Amino acid sequence: MNPLPEKLLRPLKVIVFLVCLGPLSVLTWKATHDLLGANPVDVITRSTGKWTLTFLTITLSVTPLRKLLSLPWLVRFRRMLGLFAFFYGTLHLTTYVWLDKFFDVHAMLHDIYKRRFITAGMTGFTLMLPLALTSTAGWIRRLGGKRWQKLHRLIYFSAAAGVVHFIWLVKADLRRPLTYGSVLAVLLTYRAATWLIAKKRTRTRQAMAVTSA
Amino acid sequence: MLIKKPEDIRSSEITSKSNYVNRRQFITGAVAAAGAAVAGGLYLRSGSAAESHVEAAGTKLSGIVKSQYSTTEKPTSFKDITNYNNYYEFSTDKYEPAGLAKDFRTRPWSVAIDGMVKKPKTLDIDSILKLAPLEERIYRHRCVEGWSMVIPWVGFPLSALINKAEPLPSAKFVAFQTILAPDQMPNQKRAVLDWPYVEGLRMDEGMHPLTILAVGLYDEVLPNVDGAPLRLVVPWKYGFKGIKAIVKISFTDKMPPTTWNIMAPDEYGFYSNVNPLKDHPRWSQKMERRIGEGLLAPKHPTLMFNGYADQVAGLYSGMDLQKNY
Repeated sequence: MNPLPEKLLRPLKVIVFLVCLGPLSVLTWKATHDLLGANPVDVITRSTGKWTLTFLTITLSVTPLRKLLSLPWLVRFRRMLGLFAFFYGTLHLTTYVWLDKFFDVHAMLHDIYKRRFITAGMTGFTLMLPLALTSTAGWIRRLGGKRWQKLHRLIYFSAAAGVVHFIWLVKADLRRPLTYGSVLAVLLTYRAATWLIAKKRTRTRQAMAVTSA
Repeated sequence: MLIKKPEDIRSSEITSKSNYVNRRQFITGAVAAAGAAVAGGLYLRSGSAAESHVEAAGTKLSGIVKSQYSTTEKPTSFKDITNYNNYYEFSTDKYEPAGLAKDFRTRPWSVAIDGMVKKPKTLDIDSILKLAPLEERIYRHRCVEGWSMVIPWVGFPLSALINKAEPLPSAKFVAFQTILAPDQMPNQKRAVLDWPYVEGLRMDEGMHPLTILAVGLYDEVLPNVDGAPLRLVVPWKYGFKGIKAIVKISFTDKMPPTTWNIMAPDEYGFYSNVNPLKDHPRWSQKMERRIGEGLLAPKHPTLMFNGYADQVAGLYSGMDLQKNY
C-alpha cells in the first residue's frame, strides 16, 4: 500500500491536467505554424481520434493498475482522464461535423446510416455522453454509488465501439487499430476475470453459509 | 533529350526552415510523449505527420511541350504533391512514403512487354523516354479517399508505347505490374496487399489521348515517391488506377486482375471511374477536398469522370455505371 499525501495530490493533479492538454497544444501549435502538412483536416481528425482512444484505454487501466500496484490513490485521477477522453472525442466529432461535413446534416445522417465505421464512431461518442454528464460528485450522490457504477460500465462499450470504428475505417493494414484492440481486450479480460472470481467466491460463501446453517 | 545537371550545392543540403522548425516541433512533441508514457505507456508511435522529405530540386527535363489537354486550374504545390500520397509499397501512411522512397533505385530499369503481342520484348527506360515528345499535362487528380490535387505531370501518351508494343488484334486489355522489390519497399515484406501491385485498362481506355505514362513532375524527373521512373496517369479514374514503378506491361483478351479489386471487390471495381453518383462504402464521392487550400476551405463538388466527361464519356456509352464501377 502506497498512500499519497493529500497535499501532493493537488499539484500532481495540475501536472496531469497539463500533460493531458499536451496533444491539443501540439496540434494548435502546428496548426498556427503551418505544420499540419498537406491535409490538415485529416491530421486533426486522426490525431484527436487517436487521443480519444488512448485516453479511453488509459482511463480503463486505472482500476487494474491501482489494484495490481496497490496504489489506491490512482482512482483520484480517473474522472479527469475519462473527461479528457470525452474532450478529445468531442474535438474529433467537431472536426467531422465542421471541417469535414460543414454542418451538412443530410450528408451526416446519410453517413451514419450508410457507413458502418461512422455508425460505430457515433455509437462510441453517444455512449460517452451520459458518463461525462454524470461525472460530478452531485450525480454520484443522486444516482447512488451502485447505480452510478453500473451506468459507468458503458465505458467498456464505448471503447469497444471506438476500436471497431478504427478497424472499419482502415482500408488495409490493421496493425494500429488492432494494437488498441488488444490492449482493450486485456483490460476487459481483467474485469471479466475479477468478476468471475468474485462471483465464485460469493457462491462458495453462500454454499458454506447454507451448509453451516 | 537534354538533362541538365543541378547546381553544385543542392538545396537539399542546406538546412531548410521546416527542418529547424521541426526540431522545436520535436521538443513539444517529446513533452506530450513523455506525459503519455507516464500515464500508461499505452500509445503508439506519435509520428510527426507533417514532416516533409521531398524539397530538393531534382533533375530538370527539357524539351517539354505544352498540351491542349492541360487544365488551367492552379497546380497543387510541389511540396504537397511530393509529401502526401498513397504508396502502399512503402507505407500505408500518406506522409511516410516521401522519406521511405528517397533512396529507391530507378536505374537500371527496364519494362517487359509480353502477352498478346507480335513479339515480346524488353524496353530500357531510357529508350522509353524517347518514344514520344515529352508533354506537360496538368491534370486534376482525384483520390478515392475524397481528396484531390492538380498535378503538372510530364509524360507521353500511353498509346505511343502500345503502338511500339504491337499488340495482336485479339488483345482487348492492357495490364500493368509494379516492381517487386521487398528489399527496397518495406511494406512488400508484409501482406498488406497482394504484391506486386497490378492494374489494367481496357484497350480503348489505354489508347485514349488523355491516358499517359508519366516520367516527370513540374518539369523535373519524377520523384520516387510519385512512382518513378514510370507511372500510369488516367485522369478520369480514381488515383489508385495510376500504378507506379511499372516493370511489366502485358496484353490480354481477358479483364486483368487489379490489386484493390482483389482486396475489396465491393469497394473498388475494375473501371474505378470518378463518379459522384456512385456512393462508396467508406467515403462520399460527392465532394472532394482540394489539397493546399487550407483548414477552413470549403470542399469542391466532384465532377463526373473528374471533369473529363466530354472527352471520355463516349467510352462507356450504354454501360450501367452503377454496376460497372
